[in-house]
Amino acid sequence: MTSNPPSSSLGREAWSRLRANRMAMISLFILIAIALISLLGPLIAPHSYEQQDLDRIFESPSKDHIFGTDNLGRDLFARTTYGGRISLSVGLLATLVSLLIGVTYGMISGYAGGKLDACMMRMVDVLYSLPFIIFVILLMVMFGRNFLLLFLAIGAVEWLTMARITRTQTLNLRRAEFVEAARALGFSDTRILFRHILPNLIGPIIVYATLTIPAVMLLEAVLSFLGLGVQAPMSSWGSLIKDGAEKMDAAPWLILFPGAFFCLTLFALNFLGDGLRDAFDPKSSKEP
Amino acid sequence: MPLTPNLPKNPRMNHLNIQNLKVNFHSREGIVQAVDKINLTIHAGEVIGLVGESGSGKSVTCSSILQLLPSPPARIESGKIQWSGIDLLRQNDQTMQRIRGKEISMIFQDPMSCLNPYIPILDQVAEPLVIHQICDTKLAKEKAREMLLEVGVQRILDHPNAYPHEFSGGMRQRAMIAMALITEPSLLLADEPTTALDVTVQAKVLSILKNLCEKLSTSILFVSHDLGLVAELADRVVVMYRGKVVEQNDTHSIFTHPKHPYVQALIACRPTLDVSEERLPTVEDFIHSGETRTPVPLKSSEPNPTSDQKNLIEARDLIVEFKTDQGVIRAVDKVSLSIKSGQTHGLVGESGSGKTTLGRTLLNLINKTSGEIWLNQEKVSGSGRKYNLGFRKSMQIIFQDPYASLNPRLTIEQTLIEPMIVHQIGKSQNERLDRVISLLEEVGLGAEHLTRYPHQFSGGQRQRICVARALTTEPQFIVCDECVSAMDVSVQAQVLNLLKSLQVNRNLTYLFISHDLGVVKFMSDEISVMQNGCIVETGSAEDIYQNPQTGYTKQLIDSIPAANRSASPIV
Amino acid sequence: MKRLIFFRLLQAIPTMWVIATLTFFMTRFAPGGPFDAEKAIPEEIKIKMEAHFGLDRPLLEQYFIYLHNLLQGDLGPSFKYPEWEVSELIATAFPVSLTLGTFSFIIALIIGIPGGMIAALRQNTWMDYLPMSLSMIGVCLPTFVLGPLLIFALSNQLAIFPPLGWYRPSDWVLPSLTLGLFYGAYITRLTRAGMLEALQQDFIRTARAKGASSWRILTQHAARGGLLPVVTFLGPAFAGLISGSFVIESIFFIPGLGKFFVTAAFNRDYTMVLGTVLFYASLIITLNLVVDLLQAWLDPKSRQSR
Repeated sequence: MTSNPPSSSLGREAWSRLRANRMAMISLFILIAIALISLLGPLIAPHSYEQQDLDRIFESPSKDHIFGTDNLGRDLFARTTYGGRISLSVGLLATLVSLLIGVTYGMISGYAGGKLDACMMRMVDVLYSLPFIIFVILLMVMFGRNFLLLFLAIGAVEWLTMARITRTQTLNLRRAEFVEAARALGFSDTRILFRHILPNLIGPIIVYATLTIPAVMLLEAVLSFLGLGVQAPMSSWGSLIKDGAEKMDAAPWLILFPGAFFCLTLFALNFLGDGLRDAFDPKSSKEP
Repeated sequence: MPLTPNLPKNPRMNHLNIQNLKVNFHSREGIVQAVDKINLTIHAGEVIGLVGESGSGKSVTCSSILQLLPSPPARIESGKIQWSGIDLLRQNDQTMQRIRGKEISMIFQDPMSCLNPYIPILDQVAEPLVIHQICDTKLAKEKAREMLLEVGVQRILDHPNAYPHEFSGGMRQRAMIAMALITEPSLLLADEPTTALDVTVQAKVLSILKNLCEKLSTSILFVSHDLGLVAELADRVVVMYRGKVVEQNDTHSIFTHPKHPYVQALIACRPTLDVSEERLPTVEDFIHSGETRTPVPLKSSEPNPTSDQKNLIEARDLIVEFKTDQGVIRAVDKVSLSIKSGQTHGLVGESGSGKTTLGRTLLNLINKTSGEIWLNQEKVSGSGRKYNLGFRKSMQIIFQDPYASLNPRLTIEQTLIEPMIVHQIGKSQNERLDRVISLLEEVGLGAEHLTRYPHQFSGGQRQRICVARALTTEPQFIVCDECVSAMDVSVQAQVLNLLKSLQVNRNLTYLFISHDLGVVKFMSDEISVMQNGCIVETGSAEDIYQNPQTGYTKQLIDSIPAANRSASPIV
Repeated sequence: MKRLIFFRLLQAIPTMWVIATLTFFMTRFAPGGPFDAEKAIPEEIKIKMEAHFGLDRPLLEQYFIYLHNLLQGDLGPSFKYPEWEVSELIATAFPVSLTLGTFSFIIALIIGIPGGMIAALRQNTWMDYLPMSLSMIGVCLPTFVLGPLLIFALSNQLAIFPPLGWYRPSDWVLPSLTLGLFYGAYITRLTRAGMLEALQQDFIRTARAKGASSWRILTQHAARGGLLPVVTFLGPAFAGLISGSFVIESIFFIPGLGKFFVTAAFNRDYTMVLGTVLFYASLIITLNLVVDLLQAWLDPKSRQSR
């Protein structure tokens, strides 16, 4: 059964499983495409995202403005792609924040075990019952719409679930026999945590992070909808959708384009996340 | 409820006839031939033992009968299974539902995961009667209660609404048997039903199964990897190897005149109690299978050193307690033990005896509550990094599950070099690499395996890697914690031989922990028997078997199937 | 189980205290006060109003006075609408949110659980792909896109349901539908995942070996374990629903608790903010407790050890 295959790490095997999943690969391409458009769009667009032209408000899509213009004559294409930069970066950064806090917290709690673990998890339980959304709203209302504050606040909402998941996985890993073997060989706790436990957490972390990004983006969109997101003239997809929703009868393209980009991104992220989950955890393949 | 016209009028006289069954498993990596055109007949009232190791196709054969194979990966390519005039493989799910649990029942290996944790046991045992509309729910529960009492689950009287997790493994398996036989089926398929049970429990459950089926005239297809166990029950034995039937015969003939080399090997490479040998014959001695290289040959064994050798390891009045929700549990209860250098001390017991806890406490993987551990005439105590590294260098452990014992993210090279780095063995990376390669060769693997990952190896190979890993720090003492228990008998023989040769070449001292007395006797010079955290008996390997002093030891020995007790059993 | 309730209530006290304190200081430290937005108030009147509400006293003193009042159940008057007590405002707004939330919840359950179960049972067939695609769309379509879309389709174009307000029962349809579809999508996915996992278990194979039909396996054997993750989700979800969905209430102009909260935050209406936050928190705590009790009832193993 194992005559002479080339060495293949779990990462490589997961990648080949992912490649076989068509929906996941399509999603990946869509995401890359959207990211590229968002990055390059504002650069190649003939108009800047903030340039107003009050003679040409509410124009439907035309050669000059391929997505049309908004209520202040600003080019929607430029604004949409610029909005992509904002939304995507908020999504990524906030997820990163929640990852860093959550994984560290969960790993320490799970590895330490005993009283420290119980205490840390109790704190998480208490924090879970805090209406975080409320606090985020409060923060944004009270302290102004600072970009930094925005993704810190959103990240602070999501870290709890990440911490719980990491902790459960760490607990399971700690009881695994190869960790016992490492202890028997005299390895220090630090070495065990970083060389033995953390690499085995990467799978679930990647999966969950990919699924957190859309949740975060939704949260940012909700905040924008309430008028609490990024400040004008900056635009995120959320704020664009909000503006577009108000003028839906007159100028449907205002909600159509940003809405499509937003939903497509969420769609792709969710499919990719599901695909990653199947790729890392081949239990569903039902081997004999 | 009228029977469908397909089902026979006199099910008692049925026999099962498997013809040319071929089952393949389709996966992304390719097609695996699990069962390759086998033929098998079970006559009414017969008990057939289906024996094979992992990958032989025995479980797949069993599951095919009731169409219980997971259908996307598994595909029945060809064949027929005749049962009272119909071909079971051609029936739709509705017809199969009428047969399952009523005509043909099945029991499985792990009673914990095979019983629904959310439904009381009584309801589950009554369920087949309800499903097949044999009687109403109230009456079904009555019958279920009777059945459970008949198989010995007394607890059901006081706790009628108990859930599976409130019972022990043996009780759960009895409940499974009750559940399968409550409808008085003609045929019972038993897929490794006692494998997960302790030896004493196994014997009891087996006798219940045997008696009940005799009473109901139910035929049995008993699937197992344990040839000796099967011999206790079976009229005929069918041996499978890599998807094919290699031999079938009545039980007596199989043991006295095995024809196929694989069957001869299976019989020969079990360590039995009445023969004392230096080395177990392996399957390779009988057939060439080409899986591993021949390990380094044994040096001529010197006579074992006598009692003026010093004690390498000593435990004095060791107590280990755990705090749980149910209170304080004493896993190890004032145990004292000493092992001389170069010797193997065997530790035998069932689950819950504390043997695993004891082994790990000696290595300080579990904190002792009180007592002393002595290594090389020095007390092991103190703390701190240097001390920790110091004694960890001398004492190592090999675990039971080769699949969980290796970090799936590291290559073999990384796994084996790391301990050397931590303990500062070897002056350069090249030197360490050389050492690693020589270790691999010592355990029967090679340099080409360095860049591979654990999941690319078989169970036996992984265990060898674990042995190599244990040797990286050049220890004096190794605890073998059920390290062959998860293996097929043929692989087990290879690993045991390896351990023995290593002991001779390197003058190692072992604490060999197992629930399998034959294996322990083969490996050990001295043996201790543990029960409920205490050592109930200690003696030389021969003495323990010739003259067991305590009732528990006698019971342990008697619970072993006769065919496993003796190399040439009278079956 | 009683121990669980007791510990939870015990845990609730410091939790509420933390929330109250956090909110209190956060609102006070934010720039701007409750009366800044009022144009053209002469300075003296402003000072008088602040004195009236005790805003001129040292911060800590205000804090303790607030806590003191809180323990007596007095949430104080709203700064913005001084004739009203905060508790009265909450009492008018909450039933609205409650109705909206309950209807949405029911719709979500009706869509979600059967949808997920069918998808799990008929995995990899069209009966799986259809609900899963729809639910994926649902999850990715934020309520503030779905809402206007529904208004556009069902209200403007087809004129079946009224788009705004909260006066007649027909007003309830669109907002409940919007929220219900969104949550229903989540529940579908969760149910399917949970049921699939449950169907992989060994004891399902045992049930099949006993001759159980697919329906029986689904409902009697797989459902209990499979629905556990859904139940875990439902607690916070219901809390979120009945405490007022900010977005929906804004779109459909519904005078619910969510809208009140956001308005209060913008207006720096301290007491209103604090009152709403505490109310919301107590809702979540209670519902989490209910969910835990439900889980314990569903899973016999967790009943013993806690």
